[in-house]
Amino acid sequence: MEAKTKDVWVFIETNDDGTAKNVGIQLLTPGRLIATKQGGKLVALVIGSNADAAINDANTHGADEIVVIDGPEYKHYSTDAYATALTEVLKKHLPTSVLIGATNNGRDLAPRVSSRINTGLVADCTALDVDEEGLVDWTRPAFGGNLMAVIKCPDHVPQIGTVRPGVFKKPEETASKANIIKEDIHVPENEIRTKVVEIIKDMGAENVDLEGAKIIVSGGRGVGGPDGFGVIRDCAAALGATVGASRAAVDSGWISHAHQVGQTGKTVGPELYIACGISGAIQHVAGISGAKVVVAINKDPDAPIFDVADYGVVGNLFDVLPVLTEEIKKARA
Amino acid sequence: MNILVCVKQVPDTTEIKIDPVTNTLIRQGVPSILNPFDGYALEAAARIKDADPSVNISVVCMGPPQAKDVLVECLAIAADKAYLVTDRIFGGSDTLATSYILSCAVEYLEKTNGAKFDLIFCGKQAIDGDTAQVGPELAEILGRTQVTYGLSASMNGGAVRVEKEVDGGVEILEAQCPALVTFTQPHQTEEEAQAHPIPRFPTIKRKMAAKKAEIPNVTAAELSMIDATRIGLKGSPTKVKKTFVPQRKTGGIKIQEAEAADSAKKLFSLLSDAKII
Repeated sequence: MEAKTKDVWVFIETNDDGTAKNVGIQLLTPGRLIATKQGGKLVALVIGSNADAAINDANTHGADEIVVIDGPEYKHYSTDAYATALTEVLKKHLPTSVLIGATNNGRDLAPRVSSRINTGLVADCTALDVDEEGLVDWTRPAFGGNLMAVIKCPDHVPQIGTVRPGVFKKPEETASKANIIKEDIHVPENEIRTKVVEIIKDMGAENVDLEGAKIIVSGGRGVGGPDGFGVIRDCAAALGATVGASRAAVDSGWISHAHQVGQTGKTVGPELYIACGISGAIQHVAGISGAKVVVAINKDPDAPIFDVADYGVVGNLFDVLPVLTEEIKKARA
Repeated sequence: MNILVCVKQVPDTTEIKIDPVTNTLIRQGVPSILNPFDGYALEAAARIKDADPSVNISVVCMGPPQAKDVLVECLAIAADKAYLVTDRIFGGSDTLATSYILSCAVEYLEKTNGAKFDLIFCGKQAIDGDTAQVGPELAEILGRTQVTYGLSASMNGGAVRVEKEVDGGVEILEAQCPALVTFTQPHQTEEEAQAHPIPRFPTIKRKMAAKKAEIPNVTAAELSMIDATRIGLKGSPTKVKKTFVPQRKTGGIKIQEAEAADSAKKLFSLLSDAKII
């Protein structure tokens, strides 16, 4: 099988309300790079229900073409409906490469589809490039972030990868220019084999967007208890940051699971990550490998977090952090 | 009812160190363990069996002969039968080739046992590769319904009911069997984890029995239906071009003033000078 076009497709995952998840728009940045190097168009694929907001978002962030699959069956994610839609549309257009955000849903969908098409898939990439033959170099961490691997998919199309949220920044806004193509693909209800019985919202999870966060202030075991997160929250509020946590703090029951950063929580890529009272277990460090700048505050000078920190403060977080917060407030007043 | 749990033997990635001279991974002396996420899958199967003791739990592992150790561990914890899928020609398989080999093993075991697996449970991902792809790829090849990111599972008639981790909370999904479910770490506080470790500790009696249990090998010879062009390095659509150890931060700035407040002020001025905040 050969690709029909040199185009790059970016999957724009939608929320139930028809808006785009951040990661899809972010992926238009590496999508443009690959499209330029491969000499094709940048195509955004929007699957959802009444997804005008997502379509508009892709259009104002540089997509050359937008393919839309719209229907009530796509309002809430299901493996079966999305896998059918994505497989059909990819088989029809056969682009060279496809980028999918490595969200829970993206990582549920991508392997189902790549297996159905019988092509390769690279998971949770943190860097992308194109080699001299026009193949995508997919770079991803393995062994808990101890090793990076560059992976290729030379003989199958399309080449597909899931890409870690937060690693790439959204492109600059531009004037809309995209051709919008509607694809009429529908999945009957009886072909959706999972039924949603109940959705339990985690009240502690509201407004916790770790994947989209520019700054994250995180607390670990050194925070000492649920009240200890007060100084973390104060600093986060001063910076307009999102509050994160290590697994130790979450397992201790001090903060909701929605805040967890690391291998069993969210993998993140903020501009600035401030780790307070976090020792830096490999599972945690693996989750912050996309961060541009890491600050560590820890009273143990030998804590492994200092090995990955750009700025390391040896000291008690309860003495250091409130002063930092005050300085930030003064500067921004 | 029959449940198959797919497990992998992995290096304990928390024990991996970097050789500072050669800048490569030191794998020597790193213990091999049962992939923790597979332990969560095994416990989920064990809890279904707690509710219905007639449930039969099989485990399957693909790997070299020494991977048998994790199968013995699974037998001690909760499994009734264990199989090792092993053959040199399976080596070098990527996720798609691995899931294809596993799908052949599933078909073979169902045929020889004369019964279908109503449920297949897997860990969300293995901690060495971290791809989270084999479960869904296996489900697709077998044509089964899939649910990923499971926290726990129970039976509701002929359907499996799964608590699934989603952004912003938990979703309860139901799927008719046969289905495949992948599991992540259940949400437990440290106290709960101490009272009810996941997976559960084996009893002495089960440990003794596991050591004596027969663990059949399933090789390419048993899997006569296997398509040799879809396995191993050659049958894998993805190829590793190169690997490298990520650059460690060497230019990290350490701040340790006599007074914590001074450290904080120094940090602030460094961050604002660098236009980071």
